[in-house]
Amino acid sequence: MTFSVNSPVIFLMVGIIILAVLGQSFYFLFRALKRAKEKGMDSAQLKKTITASAIFTVAPAVAILVGVVTLSKSLGVALPWLRLSVIGSLSYETIAAERAVSELGQGLEKQISDPSAFVTVAWVMTLGILVGLILTPVLTKKIQGGMNKIGMKDKKWAETFNNAMFLGMISAFLGFVFSNVSRLWDAGARIITEKILQQDGSYIVETATVSATSGLIPVCVMAVSAVIMAICGIFAKTLKQHWMNDYALPISLIGGMASAIPITNWLS
Amino acid sequence: MKKEMTYLESVHRDGRIWGFTLLVLIILFPTALCLIFGVLPKWDALLKALLAVLPMYWAVGIVEIFTYVPMLGAGGAYLSFVTGNISNLKLPVAVDAMEKADVKASSEEGEIISTVSIAVSSIVTTFIIIVGVILLITVEPIGAFLSSPVLEPAFAQILPALFGGLAVVFISKNVKLSIAPIILMLSLFIFVPALNEGTVGIMVPVGVLFTVGVARIMYKRGWI
Repeated sequence: MTFSVNSPVIFLMVGIIILAVLGQSFYFLFRALKRAKEKGMDSAQLKKTITASAIFTVAPAVAILVGVVTLSKSLGVALPWLRLSVIGSLSYETIAAERAVSELGQGLEKQISDPSAFVTVAWVMTLGILVGLILTPVLTKKIQGGMNKIGMKDKKWAETFNNAMFLGMISAFLGFVFSNVSRLWDAGARIITEKILQQDGSYIVETATVSATSGLIPVCVMAVSAVIMAICGIFAKTLKQHWMNDYALPISLIGGMASAIPITNWLS
Repeated sequence: MKKEMTYLESVHRDGRIWGFTLLVLIILFPTALCLIFGVLPKWDALLKALLAVLPMYWAVGIVEIFTYVPMLGAGGAYLSFVTGNISNLKLPVAVDAMEKADVKASSEEGEIISTVSIAVSSIVTTFIIIVGVILLITVEPIGAFLSSPVLEPAFAQILPALFGGLAVVFISKNVKLSIAPIILMLSLFIFVPALNEGTVGIMVPVGVLFTVGVARIMYKRGWI
């Protein structure tokens, strides 16, 4: 068959896998809702969970779509579509594709016309994410069983443990937000090396110098998002507008993302 | 008579069946590409690219399973590790939903809320991407608009925008407990240059273990 990155047969296969993944999500959704009903859980709460989750998802999903756009220049639409809606992660897929494409002596700007190069990229992307797919079915039950053993009988400790777990995760991401702050005093951290691909497949290393304050961009964005969240919380409490709480996270997310545009212009 | 399965047990059974089925389908995809177009991958490039990406991604992948399964619950984990985008979408959505519903990840109610939020999020993501992909093919300017340099900073800063809001929710409820992990993580990320976006996945379990340890000490001493 003649090859094209946007060949209908690739779309067909991608469509089948995406349908199967959707099937899994719907299956677990209905199972969970059925169980919730049996247990007599508050249906208003469940409805809130559904709408809040759906609304919150919009902005990150559009960001994922942008990833598809970026990768589609060289890989066509179908493969990035599969990779980013199934087992993908925005940062991983772009890097994996970049690596594979650059090993082939091509940049992500040019469309791949060689089927052999295309399947190479597909294999790199598939093998990269395989570990999670293999180990989740094998390990999830064991990990959960282990969790239930460690001191969960003490109700109050179980709650503290739960909070500590989430705080630990959040603190790691907060740390990450500050990872480039050292550019303020460390001139070396301001130099970023980039491999630029040439037409003939070789690449040259280019260095760029970013501003000292560029490391503060994520910090400021985080601060804006945090302030919006705090305002939402105060607003909900003092004016008794509890709906505000349900949408506070998407509001602070979109507010933070929007603020990134002027903040980036200002600090970089 | 056969003992009746609990909800959680059935989630594990179904999660495994779905997980392995999808695994097979996903491996079949590049295999089918090879067969349909009658080509083999370029071994040299494949090997080099795998050597470059596999060690880090497999390490992060293994660590993520151990860290995120207790936070996401069983159903949420089976879904998340298939649909991906965990730290930038599934985890925050589930954590926020459980917080609002006032349920713990280890309880059955938490399991249900987490599964519902992650399933809804996966479905919405899939639909947005389907609509987006159709628009991309039919209306070119939309793709150009979304990937325009004007909007780029907004999408580049999605993680700070996400965790800023989430941090306020959790820190305001656990002020005393949050001091030590935040000081530790800030100093590590500021002063150790090797820590960046690529290694944050490894630092999450470090943060979790440290915070749980600190919490245990504070709890025993009656500080919290």
